[in-house]
Amino acid sequence: MRSAAALAAILIALAAQTTLAGFVFRGGTAIDLVLIVVVYVAIKSGPVTGLLAGTVAGLIQDALASGILGIGGLAKTIVGFLSGVLGSQFIVTAPLPRFLLLLMATALHALIFIGLYELLNLRQFPAPYPYIVGQAFGNAFVGVVAFQLIEWFPGFVDRRRAGRFLKR
Amino acid sequence: MAIADIRQRPGVLLGAAILLHVVLISAQVNTNSGLPILQVVTFGSFSEVQRATSGVIDGVRGLWSGYVALRQVQTENAALKQELQHLQVLLQQERAEAQRADNLRQLLELHERAEIETTAAEVIAGPASPDFKTVTIDKGSSEGLQTDMAVISSAGVVGRVILPSRRASKVQLLIDRNAAAGALIERTRVQGVVVGVGDGTLRLQYVPGTSDVKTGDLVVTSGIDGIYPKGFVIGTIDHAERGVGEYHEIGVRPAVDFSRLEEVLIVKTPPASRGVTEGPK
Repeated sequence: MRSAAALAAILIALAAQTTLAGFVFRGGTAIDLVLIVVVYVAIKSGPVTGLLAGTVAGLIQDALASGILGIGGLAKTIVGFLSGVLGSQFIVTAPLPRFLLLLMATALHALIFIGLYELLNLRQFPAPYPYIVGQAFGNAFVGVVAFQLIEWFPGFVDRRRAGRFLKR
Repeated sequence: MAIADIRQRPGVLLGAAILLHVVLISAQVNTNSGLPILQVVTFGSFSEVQRATSGVIDGVRGLWSGYVALRQVQTENAALKQELQHLQVLLQQERAEAQRADNLRQLLELHERAEIETTAAEVIAGPASPDFKTVTIDKGSSEGLQTDMAVISSAGVVGRVILPSRRASKVQLLIDRNAAAGALIERTRVQGVVVGVGDGTLRLQYVPGTSDVKTGDLVVTSGIDGIYPKGFVIGTIDHAERGVGEYHEIGVRPAVDFSRLEEVLIVKTPPASRGVTEGPK
């Protein structure tokens, strides 16, 4: 059940990345919604589910992008696994630890992704650091807001229902 | 039972996953057999999801802007925009043809005019990964689209088709790190190669340091790459510096606003049959 929910979240993130991201983040802000979902799944479900979510999401993203199949998959697999390990070892429920986790996850993802492309001499990334920093802060901000909204919404609905019941 | 055992050993699972990815990457890097079948199949099937999502979003947007916000004006505006886009493309074509006609007159060679056959397509999705500058359009091989067909818009050159499936195609934008096009500076006719930088800008390479280059010069396609028809606008020179070597270091601002790309035209005429549209033989 949890795996199905994770897969659905990944597919929704991919659809949003390819259709909505262009409308919302005009001007080239490189938010990786799929990575945000992988990190969320990992901190909620642990390293193994995080690893599997990262593998599936990364491979699909690689297949849809025009790059080498497996490079994004490897990056997201490792990020998913390590995020799951951190999520199970530390308390990452407050916005600040989550912000820091997303910053580190994005930086690690970019390091593996860009590093492999450069190592295999497949793509050139001149001056990648400003891009990585921008993406890390963008992902962290969007991720923290999304995490809070996801967790706040069911409670909000319950409170509204309870309020209506008491009024009667 | 076996799955439960594996879940107890995440390190083993991570090792296996890394090994799988390394094997997968190695298999692709070492071969030159074209496009991986998995990529084609995944793209073909997911483009249908993108089409549906885009359809829903377009429907909601259309309902709001076409009926709720502005009933008549929006529809009329869309039609006028489309007409303007076609006219701008025609203008570019005419402009390029006039320039070429001058060159040809000088060379006393007269070729027959060949029209560029284009087909319009709508952008239905952006890139799946922010590291790649691609878009998905709603026309595919069933409409005659093939790999390496040029994609243009009313403002100028957009990119090329890199992966056509039956009902959709993936277009590599000119600003992608792996994209390149033969180009020339219109004022001086000096040739070079425009490459994508990855941050939304372009770089004009291999322009000799002795040549005359000014900020604001228009950069157009040269046609020598066999993909883009000659004379279409790429952008304007943003900055030019005398490089350390024998070439200029030139930054080019693209004419197309890639963040607002909605409708494009695909040049269906193969490069070999473009006649005058190609550079002088």
